[in-house]
Amino acid sequence: MNLQLTISLISGLLISSVSAYLGTLMLSKRMSVVAGPLAHLAFPGVALAIIYDFSFAFGVFPFVIIGAIMIWFLERKTKLPMENLTAVIFAIGVGTSLLFLPIAKAEEALVGSIMQISVWESLMVFVLSLLVFVTVRYIYKTMMLINIYEDIAEAQKINISLYNLVYLLSIAVIVAMGVYLVGGLITVASIAIPAGASRNLSKSLSEYKFFAVLFSCIGTTFGILISLVCNLPTGPLIVVSNAVIFLLSLVYKMSRKY
Amino acid sequence: MKPLLEVKNLKVKLDDKLIHKDLSFSVFEGETLTILGPNGSGKSVLLKSILGIMPFQGKIIWNKKVTIGYLPQGLNQQSVKNMPLDVKDFFDIKKNVQKTVEIIEALEMVGLDSSFLSKNIYKLSGGQFQRMLIAWVLVDKPSVVFLDEPTTGIDIGGGENLYSLLHKLQEKEKLTIILVTHDINVVYRYSTHVLCLSQKRHSCFGKPKIILTPDMLESIFGMEIKYYQHKNKIQ
Repeated sequence: MNLQLTISLISGLLISSVSAYLGTLMLSKRMSVVAGPLAHLAFPGVALAIIYDFSFAFGVFPFVIIGAIMIWFLERKTKLPMENLTAVIFAIGVGTSLLFLPIAKAEEALVGSIMQISVWESLMVFVLSLLVFVTVRYIYKTMMLINIYEDIAEAQKINISLYNLVYLLSIAVIVAMGVYLVGGLITVASIAIPAGASRNLSKSLSEYKFFAVLFSCIGTTFGILISLVCNLPTGPLIVVSNAVIFLLSLVYKMSRKY
Repeated sequence: MKPLLEVKNLKVKLDDKLIHKDLSFSVFEGETLTILGPNGSGKSVLLKSILGIMPFQGKIIWNKKVTIGYLPQGLNQQSVKNMPLDVKDFFDIKKNVQKTVEIIEALEMVGLDSSFLSKNIYKLSGGQFQRMLIAWVLVDKPSVVFLDEPTTGIDIGGGENLYSLLHKLQEKEKLTIILVTHDINVVYRYSTHVLCLSQKRHSCFGKPKIILTPDMLESIFGMEIKYYQHKNKIQ
């Protein structure tokens, strides 16, 4: 196996497994859908990077992370659901940028592809994925409690706002990294689909997390390998592989019902 | 002897609407205080204020360091419907991580056993779920338990069992219980004191058999209430 394929595969597996792990938490909070809008917040940043000629990374990460902080801030002030606020921030961010910035150009420029990732970039994926994994693992159970019943967490003197901030920042880092390095589609799909498939057949929390990560790894591996064999784009094939797994989980679920 | 909890001149507003005004009462260790009143009388709001979840004016004084267990009204099987949680997972998400032995102990206390650990919480029957919730509240051995309408959604028989179970546990564990309900029979059977709240911001506080006269019940609930006063406590 050549070096490029190896680092592409490893980076893909790292990002997709951490995304799936985080995705299980996001599904429980009914927030699977927010990854897409958050990913789009990167485009104004990239457009600015094109105009002023600086690294795309400095465009992508600040915009997505500031977007996440804005969502957190507005949630504290308005108590609206985070999922609604994500749509608000996305619409305002991208909408206003469209007036002044070459967003379409940014979208074209930002086709982070997992098959062209460099060794240094894959190291960055390793470090950030590990960081997000450790963080999410730390907040997981408390976030579940908050999701189930916020008042109980509050009565236990848990700083809910801080947990929400850490949670949103974890999503922002994974999404920004996904958009910049491997293509936003892979991250968005890895957050939403494996968690859903796993939910279809899990009876416990450990099963739920395990199957989500496993499905995501299988989807990514198949996607990359099929794209090599058939010479087709990798991102969409990873999504299709995940979709097939989701369908299989659905069949399993329905077969148990009847 | 000083009371465990003293509430003095409590005033609570919710979105500029006055919910409680000049509310004062106290609870002694090992007692059961029932907060009784119709919907909209601010029972849950009062619990949340005491728990420090809601802002208030006035004084809420704990005269001793307490550990609190809280079962809110809306925590039911519907609220965990989309969560792939088994009973053990549900205990694990509590702040103070429990040892499996302690979880089994708590389950046995409410008449469930270790075979329930791996059962999905959504698949439990209504009664089993409610018992599990009581075990969940009691697992880290709180000294004071706040229960907000714990029998919502279970049948009358199930509710009866739950209260008699709580009463037994209270005697065994020396618990102080603060209970919200609109079931008057529960008040007579198990409460040491009752705090009644009405939608018109009237309140009364005292021993149930003394203060819960038909006239008082009518003024709280705004209609004539038929009830049966139990002469003997169920053991």
